[in-house]
Amino acid sequence: MKRLEAKHPRAIRWFHWINFPLLAIMIWSGLLIYWANPVYRIGVGNFTLFHFFPESFFTALNLNQRLADGMAWHFLFMWLFAINGLAYVIYTAVSGEWRYLVPNRNTLREAIQVTLYDLHLSKTHPPRRKFNGAQQIAYTSIILMGVGSLITGLAIWKSVQFAWLTSLLGGYRAARMEHFVLTVGYVLFFLVHIAQVIRAGWNNMRSMITGYEVVPTDEVTS
Amino acid sequence: MNEPQPAKPEITEPSVPEADEAVAAQTESAASQEVDREIARRTRRSLLVGGIASLIGAGAWEWLRTRRDDDEVQWPFRLALRANDQLSRDYLSETRLARTFSLADVEPPRRNGMYGLDGNPDPNWKLTVDGASDDSTELSMAEIKALPKVEMITEFKCIEGWSRILHWGGVRFRDFAEKYGPDDLDPNSYVYIETPDKQYYVGLDAASAIHPQTLLAYELNGKPLAVENGAPLRLAIPLKYGIKNIKRIGRIEFTDHRPADYWAEQGYDWYAGF
Repeated sequence: MKRLEAKHPRAIRWFHWINFPLLAIMIWSGLLIYWANPVYRIGVGNFTLFHFFPESFFTALNLNQRLADGMAWHFLFMWLFAINGLAYVIYTAVSGEWRYLVPNRNTLREAIQVTLYDLHLSKTHPPRRKFNGAQQIAYTSIILMGVGSLITGLAIWKSVQFAWLTSLLGGYRAARMEHFVLTVGYVLFFLVHIAQVIRAGWNNMRSMITGYEVVPTDEVTS
Repeated sequence: MNEPQPAKPEITEPSVPEADEAVAAQTESAASQEVDREIARRTRRSLLVGGIASLIGAGAWEWLRTRRDDDEVQWPFRLALRANDQLSRDYLSETRLARTFSLADVEPPRRNGMYGLDGNPDPNWKLTVDGASDDSTELSMAEIKALPKVEMITEFKCIEGWSRILHWGGVRFRDFAEKYGPDDLDPNSYVYIETPDKQYYVGLDAASAIHPQTLLAYELNGKPLAVENGAPLRLAIPLKYGIKNIKRIGRIEFTDHRPADYWAEQGYDWYAGF
């Protein structure tokens, strides 16, 4: 026997899906800006393991010579990205949805267990509830990263008006790097997120579209 | 992630007598189909709404992308840049100071931006000042240097994304404006500055121009300005991106109208302030 169970509230689904193109535009326009001074790399001394980014990357994605374009998009869509993010945080706080998301003292242990299970290193099944420990950490981190992007962005954009903030972040150059690292973080999050959504299957993904999940009635869900 | 649900729901209940079992199974099967129909209906509806929303988003993108240009950038973006500038000017303080550094932090300048610097500077260079009175004024270097000398170590930030901590020596634009500018300079007015050959030019809001850290600089890192750094006189304005720190100044004009700006005409923000 099975039934439908409400999972994701409508507001959260809207915030989630609206954020997707907004963040994509922020990353794309950020790359148009980054192209003008693409100095970051992973390496030690003269040894470079990976350079952000090879010239071919910028060329392939048509990111060359578009600094003004990038700034124009970035400084308009930053408002929409911030408003949507803020609306999500307010809704989550007011509706009580935060209870499913914010980690507690059991979260870390559970997250490790979930990770081991996902990597086929453990047979202990993750708990069946809305968000397991790994998800709680991931989804809370991504919100904190969003806050971080707004703060580091503000510190770069208005580095005199918010000089105290820029200094707190280690200076103008450090703030720019932190802003970039957070963006790399989004891309990594996205890759894992997509892989996990595919693994979890259509019923799970559909719940982010319709809000409902089909569950067996004999199964206890919280 | 959630455990994938079993494809077929369990429908056996061993305690039910045989006769009732078939009926129960039938009922459950009907209920199960109802669940399937319900989720299918909800999925269709959500995808339809999502599809319409995506179309609206794609339309908005296409609309933004195809608007006519206002100085090399589609007008909605130009509007947004100006709105951001107005917010900064209205709600942030124009008197906040840029961070200053110590001598030990000073770095060599980076050679960049040679617009308006063709050939060597005129040995008989004079600074032309317009808009202060009915007539144009011409100032010699000696007259400028007669103003109080100020030194500051600030971070020069190029719009490309790099920065250099530089040690400037010169006179405050504010002191210059008090002596050679219009009486009671309105902070809501503007300042236009151009190179002698008029090939490079910047526009500034007067409030930023008379900020205490805005200098007419003639020294960089303890030495007279090199040609490539803007000899004989340049602007050092840490409140703004490098593009506003015009080199080799030939003429300064005080004006009530927002002046032209080289990079703003190429799609960049006119205000370009931190």
